[in-house]
Amino acid sequence: MQIAARHLDKITIFDISGDIDLATSPILRKALLREFRELKVPRVVLNLGAVRYMDSSGVASLVEGLKASRDVGSRFILFGLNRTIREVLQLSKLVKIFEIYENEEQSVAP
Amino acid sequence: MSRGSLLLRMELRSNPEMLCVVRNALGQLAATLGFSETECNAVVLAVDEALTNIIRHAYLGDVERPIEASFRRIHVPWEGQGRDALEIVLEDQGVTVNAKNLCGRALEDVRPGGLGLHFIRESMNTVEFSRRKGRNQLRLVKILHVPQKGS
Repeated sequence: MQIAARHLDKITIFDISGDIDLATSPILRKALLREFRELKVPRVVLNLGAVRYMDSSGVASLVEGLKASRDVGSRFILFGLNRTIREVLQLSKLVKIFEIYENEEQSVAP
Repeated sequence: MSRGSLLLRMELRSNPEMLCVVRNALGQLAATLGFSETECNAVVLAVDEALTNIIRHAYLGDVERPIEASFRRIHVPWEGQGRDALEIVLEDQGVTVNAKNLCGRALEDVRPGGLGLHFIRESMNTVEFSRRKGRNQLRLVKILHVPQKGS
C-alpha cells in the first residue's frame, strides 16, 4: 500500500493505492489519526480508487479515523470505491456510517 | 462426502507480508475453478481474515511460526443434490483459540475490530474449528454454483 498526501485549502486528500490489510493498515490508521488529532484538519478525503483489496483491519482503520474526526468536529470522506471495496464495506454493514462520494469534485465541494 | 482432489498446498510463515501472496494465488485458483468475481473476492477475503486471526490470536503476532494451507476440490451434498465445492483447510500450531472468543461483535456497534469472523462466516458455506494433536484446524467450504457435468 502507498499513501500520497495532497493539500487543497484546508482539506487533506490521501491518494491510497495497493492493498489495505494486516500488514499495511497500521500505516493508514497512523496517517488518519495524525490529521485529525494532531493537525486538526477540518476535512480529510480518502481517494480509494487505486485500492485493490481491503480486509477487516482496513475497515477498522477507517472506523477509527471516523471516530477521531467526530471527536474533533472534522469531516471524513471516502471516494472512488471500486466493487471489491464496496462489497467489503457492505459486508461490514458499516457502509452507511461513512460519507461516501463518487469523485473528488464532490468530495471537496464546499 | 468424497475426500476430493488436492489442488494446492502451501506452507508459509505467520508473516503479514505473506498475506498478499496467498490472496493472489487463491484468487487465481478460485477463478480457475469457475467461481464468479464476487465469489472469488469472498473466498479470498475469508482466507485472508482466517490467516489474520491465526497470526494475531494463535501466534500472538510472532511472524516466524508455520501455517499450512491445503485447497481441495470436493463433492458434497448441498440442498438435496451433489455439488462441487472448494475446501480450504488451515492449520497452525499456536495457542488454542476458543471459537467463542472469536465471536466478533454486534454489527450495530460501531467500533474498530471484531469483523474478521463475521466476514468469514458471511463469505463461506461451511466454517468449522477444531483442535487436533496440538494443532488448530479451520475448515472452510465454498459451494461452486455452476452447472454440474452431465446435468
